[in-house]
Amino acid sequence: MVGGGLAGLAGTIRIAEAGLSVDLFSMVPVKRSHSVCAQGGINAANDIARQQGYSEYEHFDETIYGGDFLQHQPPVYEMVHWAPKIIDLLDRMGVPFNRTAESQRDLRLFGGSLYKRTHFAGATTGQQLLYALDEQVRRWEAQGKVNKYEYWEFLWPVLETDDTGRRCVGIVAQDVRTMQIRAFRAEAVVIATGGCGMIFGKSTNSVMCTGAAASRCYQAGAWYANGEFIQVHPTAIPGADKLRLMSESARGEGGRVWVPRTKADRRDPRDIPENQRFYFLEEKYPKYGNIVPRDIATREIFDICVNQGLGVGGGNMVYLDLTHLGREYLELKLGGIIEIYRKFVGEDPALVPMKIFPGVHYSMGGLWTQYTAKDDLRGMAMGAANSMMTNIPGLYAFGEVNYQYHGANRLGANALLSCIFDGLFCGAGVANYVLEVVTTTSARLDQSIYDAAARQQQEIIDRLINARGTESPYQIGRELGEEMTAASTVVKSEQRLLQAIEVLQLLQGRYQSIGLSDTGMWTNQNLSYARALGDMLKLAEVILQGGIDRKESRGAHYRTDFPDRDDANFLKTTVAKYDRDTDRPDIFLEPVETGLVPPRARTYGKVAASTDTTRPTETVSV
Amino acid sequence: MVPPTTEALQARSVRFRIKRQDGPGRPWRWESFDVPVEPGANVISCLQWIAANPRTVDGRDSSPVAYDAGCLEEVCGACTMLINGQVRQSCSCLIDQYAPKDGDVMRLEPMSKFPVVRDLMVDRQRLFHALTRTKAWVPIDGTYHLGPGPQDTPQRQQVRYKLSECMSCGCCLEACPQYKLEEHESRWDKAFIGAHAISQARLFNEHGTGNVLASDRLDAMIGPGGVSDCGNAQNCVKVCPKDIPLTESIAAIGRAVTIHSIRKFFTGK
Ligand SMILES: Cc1cc2nc3c(=O)[nH]c(=O)nc-3n(C[C@H](O)[C@H](O)[C@H](O)COP(=O)(O)OP(=O)(O)OC[C@H]3O[C@@H](n4cnc5c(N)ncnc54)[C@H](O)[C@@H]3O)c2cc1C
Ligand code: SF4
Ligand code: SF4
Ligand code: FES
Repeated sequence: MVGGGLAGLAGTIRIAEAGLSVDLFSMVPVKRSHSVCAQGGINAANDIARQQGYSEYEHFDETIYGGDFLQHQPPVYEMVHWAPKIIDLLDRMGVPFNRTAESQRDLRLFGGSLYKRTHFAGATTGQQLLYALDEQVRRWEAQGKVNKYEYWEFLWPVLETDDTGRRCVGIVAQDVRTMQIRAFRAEAVVIATGGCGMIFGKSTNSVMCTGAAASRCYQAGAWYANGEFIQVHPTAIPGADKLRLMSESARGEGGRVWVPRTKADRRDPRDIPENQRFYFLEEKYPKYGNIVPRDIATREIFDICVNQGLGVGGGNMVYLDLTHLGREYLELKLGGIIEIYRKFVGEDPALVPMKIFPGVHYSMGGLWTQYTAKDDLRGMAMGAANSMMTNIPGLYAFGEVNYQYHGANRLGANALLSCIFDGLFCGAGVANYVLEVVTTTSARLDQSIYDAAARQQQEIIDRLINARGTESPYQIGRELGEEMTAASTVVKSEQRLLQAIEVLQLLQGRYQSIGLSDTGMWTNQNLSYARALGDMLKLAEVILQGGIDRKESRGAHYRTDFPDRDDANFLKTTVAKYDRDTDRPDIFLEPVETGLVPPRARTYGKVAASTDTTRPTETVSV
Repeated sequence: MVPPTTEALQARSVRFRIKRQDGPGRPWRWESFDVPVEPGANVISCLQWIAANPRTVDGRDSSPVAYDAGCLEEVCGACTMLINGQVRQSCSCLIDQYAPKDGDVMRLEPMSKFPVVRDLMVDRQRLFHALTRTKAWVPIDGTYHLGPGPQDTPQRQQVRYKLSECMSCGCCLEACPQYKLEEHESRWDKAFIGAHAISQARLFNEHGTGNVLASDRLDAMIGPGGVSDCGNAQNCVKVCPKDIPLTESIAAIGRAVTIHSIRKFFTGK
């Protein structure tokens, strides 16, 4: 298991439960994985919503509609049906979900739904879920079924080819403290390494979320799908080193987004009377209001600030107002994020409206995976060995690094669900693959396969250490982030994306002549970063090329030159294969399984607002 | 996408004095770096700047400073270190608050209760080991669907939620006079377990199913290294970034251990 976030831990538990032993690798102690950042909650149909007309089916439909119909439907169908059971399981593990006066699990509203179906533990739900799974894994570890390799970085999958074809039989990893490189044998390998926000420089992600692990698998022959679908979260607070998220739960709990109606109004927001405030989301989307899905809220905020110049003080910011909710309510329901805002901005959201702007948040795209659908397409076959297996037999992808479930736009509080679902449901498939499909165990393979794989990685590391160029990896990383953010986030166009590809090629050229300021072989973070940067550059190209090839707008992917959705040509998955000869992605399109809900227009009941302009018309670099 | 700062940037620089050590058992030294800071900068953003420009104040080329970081929003616990002698998370340490004037000095040191890996990065494995020692988990039957967990009143949920926010950062251990550096794993089971683990014992004893292991947990809290090693200095609770009521937990477990020992004495169980 490579990765100890929610997906990796859930998978570890399920596979250990099946009686197999698991080696668990993580760059950081698993309890510090990025999943710890998740704030708002986790979705599942529940008894109250059911009595209002909601059910698993509505959860399914919302997810597909929210994702603009780009996801395969059978896996989503299965996932939403597992959701209530997953909540019960987490509850049994001791997750302190918020409670009502009658001791029931409390619920909140979240983006893209008109029903309360999000379960939460304050505003640190991800932390609480991660800890619950971490504790269960520690229990398995104490029994000797799980071996943790923390501070070990995955470098490459070990592949073996025999007459039945190619398969994955282990990994090469590096201890980031001692810098030792070692190959490990395995019957199956699961990649659960999370997202790739660092490619965009500043994002809401943790510093480990480079996408390097996924990129390495891609370069080793695994396919990467829908890379162009990057979710930009509408509400983050800009910072010097990262964009800190203000969870969608702030709006789910009643937070309102607004700007002053007059441009560059310099007044204190508290002095601006109600009728001089423009609650643009509520006006344009009377049905969903502030809880429209993220791609829509983000584009509206972008439009207000960049095209209409209505941002707070003339800058790129809007107000997210919680002041009407009362301090006690805020502390109880949103304590965690209120604290973050207070600590990093120095203002109290109970008293002053927060200032926020969109930030790169989540990758809908990821390693391409397969599944076995039930005959009637209503769900996946339990225990199928190919559940979330990549195109390389024995190599799986779980969690954010898996491209399934979320299509063109993920709904809030569905990610934690998909991560845990992958681990629990598909973990059983991995166990079956190992027990029933693998015929030659890795123990019987020749040591030379592993030695060669380790040596190859050692050579890459040696080249970096011995490089005597003048380019700084940090500088290249910064420029990469700036270019990707400018060209490939909220609004895109062919011309701007092509320009970004050129910039990327220049950066790749400069990467060939980097030099490290630290050439020691002990806890060399300079080296680890430089190594990851090379892989980030490769994945960035997949993201850009996918964006160029997809000549339509869908979900989070908005093209000014093709502003409409084009089902005839693009109701398809973008699949990128690495071409070793050209060192470039080779992209093909694959049909999407939409057999359960036919695609329909996705408007969220939009109406014209008092000061409406149309959608953004030109790409603006900011 | 990043909003331009409307106010003119106040370019000023802060001097970082950093205690550096190339590896375990190697000698340590101080190195100083002048770092230009923008409004909103924090210690991690300054360490990132140093990584890109590792030149000391006396013009010597040095290497990037090794440090631990993850979330950058004070929720993962990775980036804990001593800043001007105080233990805390470095990601949430705003330069404007700590060093408001041009030329102010910030002193960074690794935590002293854990072995140094390199520079500001320490090995906190012992802290996680303490969670195993405490059996800090709920012994569920397995992952198959068996209905919901035990019901919880909102009051009890609030108590458990607070305890469950512990991010294993180790601030409470760094500040504790009873918690001493122990390099060797063989000694961890007898050395003081620490406030965080005592508090976790309380968390799981408070849970309907977790309580099944209460007696095992209390056994771990008797004897050497257990709760009686705590001298009640209360330093721990003052430095905990998550405001975990550590002294309450220590008192609660202390009482439970006393009752548990008396019962053991009379019943032999
Ligand atoms: C601020 C924030 C708030 C969020 N809030 C919500 C929410 O409320 N609800 C919701 O549903 N979703 C939310 N999300 C999304 C959700 O948190 C993530 O999608 C999810 O946690 C990803 O989990 P994961 O297990 O796939 O990966 P991660 O938690 O990112 O874990 C990745 C693991 O892989 C390891 N790893 C990475 N690279 C390597 C390598 N090369 N070698 C070895 N190990 C490696 C890491 O150490 C880590 O253990 C939020 C995201 C952010 C950024
Ligand atoms: S109260 Fe106990 S645990 Fe806390 S600092 Fe004092 S001696 Fe250490
Ligand atoms: S109790 Fe507080 S100080 Fe101690 S490890 Fe937990 S969060 Fe850190
Ligand atoms: S980096 Fe996570 S607490 Fe500072």
